Amino acid sequence: MTEKKRRLRVLIAKTGLDGHDKAAKILALYLRNAGYEVLYTGLRRTIDEIVKTAIEEDVDVIGLSFYSGVHLPASQELMQKLKEANAEDIVVVVGGVIPKKDVKKLKEMGVAEVFPVGTRIDEVLDFFKKLEEEICHDQKGNN
Amino acid sequence: MTKKEITEKDLKKVVLESGIEVKPIYRPEDIKDIDYERDIGDPGEFPYTRGIHKFMYRYRPWTMRQYAGFGTPEDSNQRFKFLLAHGQNALNVAFDLPTQLGLDSDHPLAKWEVGRVGMAVDTLKDMEIAFDGIPIDQISVSLTINATAPIILSMYFVMAEKQGVDLKKIRATPQNDILKEFISRGAWIFPVEPSVKLVCDIIEFCAKNAPKVYPVSVCGYHIRENGATPAQEIGYAFSIALTYIDKVLERGLKVDDFVPRFSFNFNVFGNIFEQIAKLRAARRLWAKIIRDRYGAKNPDSMKLKMIAGGGGSGLTYEQPENNIVRAAYYALVAALGGTQTMALCTYDEAYTIPSAKASLIALRTMQILMEETGVCDTVDPLAGSYYIEWLTNEMEKKIVEAMEEVEKWGGMIRAIENGYIQAKLAKQSYEMYRKIQTGEIVKVGVNKYRMEEEEKVTEIYEFDEKAYQRQIERLKEVKNSRNNLKVKESLEEIRKAIKRDENLMPYIMEAVRHYATVGEITQVLKEEYGVFKEPSIF
Repeated sequence: MTEKKRRLRVLIAKTGLDGHDKAAKILALYLRNAGYEVLYTGLRRTIDEIVKTAIEEDVDVIGLSFYSGVHLPASQELMQKLKEANAEDIVVVVGGVIPKKDVKKLKEMGVAEVFPVGTRIDEVLDFFKKLEEEICHDQKGNN
Repeated sequence: MTKKEITEKDLKKVVLESGIEVKPIYRPEDIKDIDYERDIGDPGEFPYTRGIHKFMYRYRPWTMRQYAGFGTPEDSNQRFKFLLAHGQNALNVAFDLPTQLGLDSDHPLAKWEVGRVGMAVDTLKDMEIAFDGIPIDQISVSLTINATAPIILSMYFVMAEKQGVDLKKIRATPQNDILKEFISRGAWIFPVEPSVKLVCDIIEFCAKNAPKVYPVSVCGYHIRENGATPAQEIGYAFSIALTYIDKVLERGLKVDDFVPRFSFNFNVFGNIFEQIAKLRAARRLWAKIIRDRYGAKNPDSMKLKMIAGGGGSGLTYEQPENNIVRAAYYALVAALGGTQTMALCTYDEAYTIPSAKASLIALRTMQILMEETGVCDTVDPLAGSYYIEWLTNEMEKKIVEAMEEVEKWGGMIRAIENGYIQAKLAKQSYEMYRKIQTGEIVKVGVNKYRMEEEEKVTEIYEFDEKAYQRQIERLKEVKNSRNNLKVKESLEEIRKAIKRDENLMPYIMEAVRHYATVGEITQVLKEEYGVFKEPSIF
């Protein structure tokens, strides 16, 4: 008998004041259809709230969606707060209206992957698939 | 051997987004039930299918209104003057997110957003600076503001008063459509019911005091951006409009007192004939609803006024220059659909806040259409086309279906509070996106004729730290120089008026006169009304 594998737990989050969450919801539906456990924070959550939810819900990944251009300071704050909460093991990915020149800066902060507008959904799904293999494979037997 | 003749069965099936199957050829029998006087009518005549004015663009071409508003009021003032100097005849003002959400520039949550997606406004002082030297009695101004519309419109009115312009002469359009914010754009603050009350306060106040203001612009546009089909765009927008109308009627106004000043904001992207038929069907259906359901007598109540323009969702991040071409088609469609006002998303919107160059190209796109192509010569030139008239009929049926769906949900307010409409649109957005990913919906440069490319748009808007500091400084100065006792008193008067359930506009205008801030006034409203809690739709 094959052991029932734990599925990846993902928190899709919107921070800042922007209210455009169409893309965040589309991704949430894609990930759910792929079988992952997906939560969506709703709009305008503070970084503190996102960190709190991520820890309480024991998620493996936080996906932050941006539209209005605040991705650099917001991601910086998230990485900092995760560190302070000893939750650095939570993987952070960022997507949305992100100029290419900012991708490197985000990765330097510790963001695992960046999906700017124009990214094919297959690339995003591949990333999550590999991530699940890494994370959930490592924990096999712990479930 | 004889070659097999190709029949309709050999052709690929075509179904429009609104769910209408399209034949390859239309003939007279497809429109044999149409009665010209009853169903189409001359332009300017009921049911206004062909347009709300007799001579349309032959007499008065559409108004061009690009969205603008940058950083501080000083920056916006310069951009407004630039656009007016280049032939634009109306302004469309964008506000930053803190202003839209009722937070002052010095609020901790506002820190990254001040002046980013539009103009920062904290007090009347900012409005005075933004419109300094602009002839507001000669142009019309759209204020793209919703949750805080009562405050921003009050500031506009008081600024006008101080410039010596009578309220009765002011031509302005606050967007003031909060219900679409809950459905699409997300810039809501208060719960649904009090939010609608504030919308109606503006409608009532303007009907009585500022008759040239269009107090609400009902936005199908954003609902379409967020996954609605073209038919749902109109249907849901009408359901929203009727929600406002019913609430204002409860206050004792007559339909002809305020409905003539309703306007709509519609989206153009996708199948071009579907969009043209959509706008024609919308005009006809609106006229019938307002006359037959509400018993309007004034033809002006039945005339659907609109701004229509190229939607951002039709544009692509890939090969961004292609968006200039797309926007030109959208402009043509908006003109063939008979809009009064037009705006186009700029080619660089997937990258950044529109650059001055991109805004100018969008303006020139509309000007080329208007001046060079003959599109203004003849009203509704597609009328009588077998296909267009058939499709107009079909679109009307689909719009009615969407409105009936909202009724089944218990009306628009319940549909939003329970998240029904949000959930439906999220699923549809997902489906549309999926079809683009699989190539079922072709997007040139995205899923067909794709190529490796360098990032094309390099003129990216950068946050202006100095402008932010200037804005904070000015807020401080205003707070130090105003009469704080008067501010406190006027804020308390707003609170009392809320408890008495009065129209808040006169009280908010009074607070604004004393330089109360957007944040201070919003805080009082939050304390009394509470804040909206998003329904979980997953």
